[in-house]
Amino acid sequence: MVLKKSTKYILTSVLVVAALVLLFMLDNGMIGTSYTVRIVRLSFIYALIGVSMNLVNGFTGLFSLGQAGFMAIGAYTVGVLTIPVDLRPNVYYLKPMAEGLANVEVPFGVALLLGGIFAAVFAALIGAPVLRLKSDYLAIATLGFSEIIRAVIANDQLAPLTNGSLGLKSIPGFDSIFIPVIISVAGIAIMALLIKSSYGRAFKAIREDEIAAEAMGINLFKHKEMSFAVSAFFAGIGGGLLAAHLTAVDSNQFKIMVTYEILLIIVLGGMGSITGTCIAAFAITAGKEWLRFFDEAFFIGTWQVPLFRPGLRMVIFSLLLMAIVLFYRRGLMGTKEFSWDGILHFFLRLKRGIMRLGKKPAREVQ
Amino acid sequence: MTYKPNVLKVCDVTVQFGGVVAVNNLNLEINKNEIIGLIGPNGAGKTTAFNAITGVYAPTNGAIYLNGELMSSNFPDKKMQAIYAGENLGKYDVRLAPTPDIITRKGIARTFQNIRLFKNLTVFENVLIAKHMTVKANPFSATFMMNREEEKRIRQESMDLLEMLGLADVKNDISTSLPYGKQRHLEIARALATKPQLLLLDEPAAGMNPQESDELMHFVARIRDDFDLSILMIEHHMQVVMGICSRIYVLDYGITIASGSPKEIQNNPKVIEAYLGVDE
Repeated sequence: MVLKKSTKYILTSVLVVAALVLLFMLDNGMIGTSYTVRIVRLSFIYALIGVSMNLVNGFTGLFSLGQAGFMAIGAYTVGVLTIPVDLRPNVYYLKPMAEGLANVEVPFGVALLLGGIFAAVFAALIGAPVLRLKSDYLAIATLGFSEIIRAVIANDQLAPLTNGSLGLKSIPGFDSIFIPVIISVAGIAIMALLIKSSYGRAFKAIREDEIAAEAMGINLFKHKEMSFAVSAFFAGIGGGLLAAHLTAVDSNQFKIMVTYEILLIIVLGGMGSITGTCIAAFAITAGKEWLRFFDEAFFIGTWQVPLFRPGLRMVIFSLLLMAIVLFYRRGLMGTKEFSWDGILHFFLRLKRGIMRLGKKPAREVQ
Repeated sequence: MTYKPNVLKVCDVTVQFGGVVAVNNLNLEINKNEIIGLIGPNGAGKTTAFNAITGVYAPTNGAIYLNGELMSSNFPDKKMQAIYAGENLGKYDVRLAPTPDIITRKGIARTFQNIRLFKNLTVFENVLIAKHMTVKANPFSATFMMNREEEKRIRQESMDLLEMLGLADVKNDISTSLPYGKQRHLEIARALATKPQLLLLDEPAAGMNPQESDELMHFVARIRDDFDLSILMIEHHMQVVMGICSRIYVLDYGITIASGSPKEIQNNPKVIEAYLGVDE
């Protein structure tokens, strides 16, 4: 059974309109709290960074763990360039900002774009040696570079630029929830289009079989470098959005744990699925918050239920992850994308399953 | 049948790994529209010869010409020179080692001994990927779909190819879900999508029964005519090799022990010795 094209069109339109209405209501404070707004913003930003990492890990088949470093480049570029000039003495209170930069303030959009470009250029530079490595070795090398970026940013000698280990604050935040949402959605759409194009097919070919891809006339290095740089560009953009979202950045925010968190998102969503990554980004970002009641003391009558104390949230979270990894080995979506037909089939299967439960013994095997 | 000047000329190619000479002084010529066989016992260096031609390995010494133009060439130096065990040292002094993708672009396509399809992709996508090298659009214009014409062209060409090779009805199947014989056909279709002048087939009939290999033989002869190709094939099925090859080269321990028409090869005592051993 397949849905009609017009039905799908209507369903998609309804979904988009519903999302827009919800976002609009959130933005105007009609529903949710500022806390909800923060979670939604963060989910969109993580979805963008997740898809950027999936481009390299899921679609091109390169096990890269450098995302946190690229995010740091984007975040610091936005931070350094957008903090209002009159607030800068308060931020750079130990060492004043470098003279050439002290009075340079650019609009958020320009800073964001520059952050992406810097990250992409850096990725292209380290890509030249690093992308000759394969699998685990590539992972370790990219992870190392990511840590190097963090260490360099925190270095005291760079304090006139990055404020060293003190981090940056007073970064102007978003006026509206639509700014991060639109930028994230646009970024994801661009990557989706790239993956759908002939170049995206070449990426997938490299993922499936490098030797065969090369024998088909695909220049391995050029395509790996392209995928790596595009991924870093959007990770940089994501990092920039994160800086504005938090209004403060610190080199400690870009430790390896961030990369793992994003890796978790793409593994959970499915390596090689854009929609899977988006769903997982929301599930994980929001899920961590929803589970927060496990961290608080819980009473039944006067009896305090044991184990409910700070930290239980992460235990439950880990258990949920293990369950998902056990039952959905290839992630929620595998390499498939979201489709209305998929949803329909899911419910049809569910219905069939329930009906079979109702009947006594199933058909006997002959 | 008269042949036009040779498409591929392999001159004195030696491939040495450490102290092992895998291919020693291979000289091979392929004329236009010819089907050439490359045979020999296991470990004779046939696949290594393929890899040297397609750029997977650079030859240790020797030169390869495509349409009379130097395609790759190498000579041993430093450490290799000290342990070099092949012949013709000093005859070549040009170093030219194109990667496999460049060689494919120049017009040599290949298949693999152990089928190497793009596993989780469909039959159609497999062929479409091979068309990627003809895409002129840059990543930016391709992303923003400014190359619709081109995309339409490569899709049409891929579809035509699948139809010609009888794979159109399975175009949306995942490539590895096809039966073995069809997978071989798909691998050849994918190689043909790069529009080669020379096709290298590495054991196309491996694992096939006599009837299937007979079909494959006619298939290979047909694509030679339809696509105006020259073909070099490694094959163990003598029935296939003797049936369609105009000339055969026999390798043993890296050395070319015989070459000539199928008849000559069948009666060559050296070949019989290599395959069956010596009478005591």
